[in-house]
Amino acid sequence: MSEGYNFAYLDEQTKRMIRRALLKAVAVPGHQIPFGAREMPLPYGWGTGGIQVTAAILGQSDTLKVIDQGADDTTNAVSIRRFFARTAGVATTTETARASVIQTRHRIPETTLRADQIIVYQVPQPEPLWRLEPSRAACRTMHALAEYGLMHVKLYEDIARYGQVAISYDYPVMVNDRHLMAPSPIPAFDNPKMDRMPALQLFGAGREKRIYAIPPYTSVRSLDFADHPFRPHRAPHACTLCGSRDSYLDEVLTDDRGGRIFVCSDTDYCATRQRKDAA
Amino acid sequence: MSDDTLLSARDLSLSFGTLRALDGVDVDLWPGEVLAIVGESGSGKSTLLNVLAGRLTPDQGHVFYRDPDGHLADLHAMSAPALRALHRSDWGFVQQDARAALRMGVSAGGNVGERLMAKGARHYGEIRAEAARWLEMVEIDPGRIDDLPRIFSGGMLQRLQIAATLVTHPRLVFMDEPTGGLDVSVQARLLDLIRRLVGQLGLAVVLVTHDIAVARLLAQRIMVMQRGRVVEAGLTDQVLDDPAHPYTQLLVSSVLQA
Amino acid sequence: MAYVAVKGGEKAIDAAHAWLAVERRGDPALPALDLAQIEAQLGRAVDRVMAEGALYDRRLAALAIRQAQGDLVEAAFLLRAFRTTLPRFLASLPLETSAMAIRRRVSAVFKDLPGGQMLGPTTDYTHRLLDFALADPAAALPPAPPEAVPDAARMPRVHDMLGQDGLIEGDGPPTGDEPADLTRQPVSFPASRDLRLQALARGDEGFLLAMGYSTQRGYGGTHPFAGEIRLGEVAVEIAPPELGFAIDIGEITVTECQMVNQFKGSKTVPAQFTRGYGLVFGHNERKAMAMALVDRALRAEELGEEVTAPAQNAEFVLYHCDNVEATGFVEHLKLPHYVDFQSELEAIRRLRATAAAASAEEVVA
Repeated sequence: MSEGYNFAYLDEQTKRMIRRALLKAVAVPGHQIPFGAREMPLPYGWGTGGIQVTAAILGQSDTLKVIDQGADDTTNAVSIRRFFARTAGVATTTETARASVIQTRHRIPETTLRADQIIVYQVPQPEPLWRLEPSRAACRTMHALAEYGLMHVKLYEDIARYGQVAISYDYPVMVNDRHLMAPSPIPAFDNPKMDRMPALQLFGAGREKRIYAIPPYTSVRSLDFADHPFRPHRAPHACTLCGSRDSYLDEVLTDDRGGRIFVCSDTDYCATRQRKDAA
Repeated sequence: MSDDTLLSARDLSLSFGTLRALDGVDVDLWPGEVLAIVGESGSGKSTLLNVLAGRLTPDQGHVFYRDPDGHLADLHAMSAPALRALHRSDWGFVQQDARAALRMGVSAGGNVGERLMAKGARHYGEIRAEAARWLEMVEIDPGRIDDLPRIFSGGMLQRLQIAATLVTHPRLVFMDEPTGGLDVSVQARLLDLIRRLVGQLGLAVVLVTHDIAVARLLAQRIMVMQRGRVVEAGLTDQVLDDPAHPYTQLLVSSVLQA
Repeated sequence: MAYVAVKGGEKAIDAAHAWLAVERRGDPALPALDLAQIEAQLGRAVDRVMAEGALYDRRLAALAIRQAQGDLVEAAFLLRAFRTTLPRFLASLPLETSAMAIRRRVSAVFKDLPGGQMLGPTTDYTHRLLDFALADPAAALPPAPPEAVPDAARMPRVHDMLGQDGLIEGDGPPTGDEPADLTRQPVSFPASRDLRLQALARGDEGFLLAMGYSTQRGYGGTHPFAGEIRLGEVAVEIAPPELGFAIDIGEITVTECQMVNQFKGSKTVPAQFTRGYGLVFGHNERKAMAMALVDRALRAEELGEEVTAPAQNAEFVLYHCDNVEATGFVEHLKLPHYVDFQSELEAIRRLRATAAAASAEEVVA
């Protein structure tokens, strides 16, 4: 562990402040709570919100998993996992089932999460309405009054123009039938996993200084129309490595003549399936 | 106020610095009635409209609105969410500048559908059918449902604003110079349309205009304002044919001369 | 198979850091820069890093500049990340800039004034010709400048002089409130002036320069005059509650700019001049002046002016002036986005398939 820094880097006062914000967030599911985000030794936009949330909830007996794009071995996931290994000395793992805290950027693991796990999302833009209304003060009023017609206008326009909703990631959701929420830039494919998830879901946006949460078993509905129901999409292929037809796939170019393969974005899920097949 | 008024205001006063914009104004509006508020610019008529619609708070006086269940509510004592809900459903507001009221980057259908969706409509096909029906009602070719208002003419924009306002069947509509800034021929068509829709839907309207001719065509009753006070009020034909107050006489004669 | 994915992230990061360290050091045949040299000879860079890093420490700023290979935004980031770990004890008392040990003081609104104009160590009237003599590190030392003995007591602030006639708005009574601190409480709107000034003081010099400049070109014009710019050293005092009196904890260099701006008056306030204020760590007139322009522009709403331009929009300015936030978010685009991109790829393919099917039907029909 690093000398000269507190357990998990942040001082205890700051962690308490963040935990107070987390408690508020859990009490009002999907509602953005402003918090005094600290300046972290990693750049804004690279997971400072998720790191602060993880730091505030991490205990010595925790086992941490960090993924980026579903993979444990992408450089930013490595960098963040190292940060906590260095500043907190906690155990780390790449196995979803063994982790007590999972920090993620852009994916929800394929393996169903349990009630004794917490998933922490890194959030670049917590405000779901920002593309339609750039003023955060105006957005706040719209949340207070639950005025979300504008978001439906956007869906209406997509269908009128393309015959379907053209949002493929960070697809807006209604939490607990009250607050419109940005699920962070996970693919829309992952949205159904949020609904009534047994694990606690925490969201940290460092640059925008907001925290929000979805308590276990809370209703999370992707916005849609009765006659154009929400549909999660994935590439219509099987994983080249493990053969999965259910998991979210990354497309990998294999040559410059159009050759490509599809492989699971969740590396732990894929490796587990490959081991089972080999056994 | 009587038991059946839709909207009643008593003793409204409002000053901006030393300017008395409203000075002891009373208003009564019955269901299905069109009331015109006329006067020159600076007479306080737009301020009155904004106070009646809950957009401005008076220094003194009250505005009461009777909801569909018959309960009277003091507008300026209502919570912000309740007032917004009223504006979203039971009320409508048509302003002079349609460009400011509409979303210019959203299709005509999306503009008309917004109020439906804000009220909870979640069936795309039904929303679209209703939007198309309303475009037809305001004499816009339903084939233009996916066009952006950006390419619409001034008269079409105003008709689109009316469709986007009336689509939820409000009971009360506030109109602020709805025909202002349009060519005379476009104005005539729009006035015809408004008169027809108001009759068909049985709307109550508070109409602010500086144009006596517009008031004569649309309103059953009229209030003439000067320097924040109501100088004369009554049935439109009576007031305009036989004005009692010198200021009303001046307004009427200036139109006749024109 | 060409599929190598991203295994080996740990090794790659270690190798990248090793390479960076070698590049930072540069040619080992040359002596390493020492911090005292950076502090003394690149003083303006040190000043900028202290201002944007929001930490007054010349030695740490010099270290950050060296560690960042002279990338000043990166250096400010290093300083910020260090600063955030420090305990916060107290807010200081307001700096008494009227008691400044002045090295430079100019006013553009009076030809002469008590205490006079004092140019000080300025580049203003240098001709921007590369001085090739400076290329030789062994060049002779510059001769000493003529001695000037400024007397702060003889240099009252221009604003205090204008204020005596009520021609310019006053400071207002002190509220006694603890000033806002955006490092502890997130910015919310409407933002108070103390919060806005804090954000601007920490803000990116280039951003403020562009915003201030835009007000001069008609995007939220403020009719500014540089009432006074002063540079020098001021004492920092704190008054710990358990002590009950103020103690001097040191001296810092600051640049202060007071803009005088036209104001037509309103129904309740007679016409008078208004102020825009800029105060920056170290010697940095460009930023102090730009800050004063933007501060005044941000007061548009308070003064009953129409808010139309970006520089008058507090949300726009405050959310975008911080270069540590901005650089992080702009540069995060180089992080992997394969998942989002994959979902976009699939969406585009679906849309194209739908469109192709529709046009095929048309052909058949």
